[in-house]
Amino acid sequence: MKTSFRTIALVFGREFRAYFATPLAAVFLLVFLALSAGLAFFAGGFFERGQADLGPFFAWHPWLFLILMPAIGMRLWADERRSGVIELLMTLPVRAHEVVIGKFLAGWAFTAVALVLTMSFWLVTLYLGSPDNGIVLASYIGSFLMAGAFLAISACISAMTKNQVIAFILAAIVSFLLVMSGTNLVLAALRGWAPAFVVDLVQSLSFITNFDRLTRGVLEAPAVILFLSTIVLALWINVQVVDAKKAA
Amino acid sequence: MQLVQASGLVKTFSRLRAVDGVSLEVSRGEVVGFLGPNGAGKSTTMKMLTGFLEPDAGTASIAGHDVFADPIAARRHLGYLPEGAPAYGDMTVADFLAFVGRMRGLSSAMLGERLAEMVERVNLAAVWNRPIDALSKGFKRRVGIAQALIHDPEVLILDEPTDGLDPNQKHDMRELIAAIAPGKAIVISTHILEEVEAICSRVVIIAEGKVVADATPTALLDAAAVDGKRPTLETVFRSITGSKAA
Repeated sequence: MKTSFRTIALVFGREFRAYFATPLAAVFLLVFLALSAGLAFFAGGFFERGQADLGPFFAWHPWLFLILMPAIGMRLWADERRSGVIELLMTLPVRAHEVVIGKFLAGWAFTAVALVLTMSFWLVTLYLGSPDNGIVLASYIGSFLMAGAFLAISACISAMTKNQVIAFILAAIVSFLLVMSGTNLVLAALRGWAPAFVVDLVQSLSFITNFDRLTRGVLEAPAVILFLSTIVLALWINVQVVDAKKAA
Repeated sequence: MQLVQASGLVKTFSRLRAVDGVSLEVSRGEVVGFLGPNGAGKSTTMKMLTGFLEPDAGTASIAGHDVFADPIAARRHLGYLPEGAPAYGDMTVADFLAFVGRMRGLSSAMLGERLAEMVERVNLAAVWNRPIDALSKGFKRRVGIAQALIHDPEVLILDEPTDGLDPNQKHDMRELIAAIAPGKAIVISTHILEEVEAICSRVVIIAEGKVVADATPTALLDAAAVDGKRPTLETVFRSITGSKAA
């Protein structure tokens, strides 16, 4: 498959700047910082625990991302369809996968900005005590990978509609299912009738279970592979959707 | 060599046959006016010519490159103004044209030269650093034309380039098209019949997805003449397409 990295870089640059062209970027960053801080302090007992670690902060990330990543991803393709720009874009001498990758990377880089801004938490724990920096690093990497998986799913769903709201809701639902698949609520419902390997499979796909493993400080291969392969699969479907469903 | 060549294009949207066997050839220096009532299949045909839509049957090529088998090569020779002149509203005119130019592979030096020419030719100096969302319809349309011309393509496909422009802007647009026409193959869809008489060297009329006329404007009018008196193009258009639609 031929790939022009120049095209990917151009699409990336345009899309990344587009986040900051509207107040959306500021709103998103504020909401993310406020929620991640608020949840860690009030619901996670950040201070009361008396431990200098970021556990209560990272524990909320799957729940935050399942709403915030669809918000970042929803406009990537739905907006192109609504405005008709997709017709212009896809008649330029570019390949669909170059545009798909460029757009995804722009959203992912924006997420990285949001995560970097939360590093003040880490500085606070450094001041208060001596956190295990290995765990912090692994958790950040895990959080970034998980965000990428949510984002790739959101981008893919965004390519299927011209309505950003529909894209947001569908992506949030799919993300919710992926988070919930590791909880006892879902597993108990399955255990009654499904064979054991199905229960194991559903549990092994859970974003929460896999993210928890990473936040314990070990970059476990299965968890990393799950998130990376989710990204690759979602982007591959994204390319097929863009190729097949150009009009409408 | 024909710069635009399409044969037997067919496209069906959930039972509705929007385009039913359209063939079209355009050679260098020609400006083809593509006419037809709303819903006749003009835009769908143009989307297939550009390779944006894949036809159910038939082939299309731009400058000798099949638009489906070798889309990248075909698109390099093509400038396209989609219906409604879509553009990234959050970008300034300068940024948007530079983005399209780079996506088309222009080098920095070449891009600077072309951008300067676009400011001049398409008359964009007044809005150069304004966001596209803030522009009037006329300027938006001009930005659409500029992005189609940025790489100086051999083939131009323009879907309603003068739609929504005021009479002065229409006049400017026609002058622009006439000025760039030699050396290019241009296909323009329009509803404005006077425009066809003013700038087109050939008229192709489609109705219900089929080509119903393909001739020079003069030949079309001569053929419809009664007692040596030519009717207007509008009369011809109505008699050809009206009976079909009825």
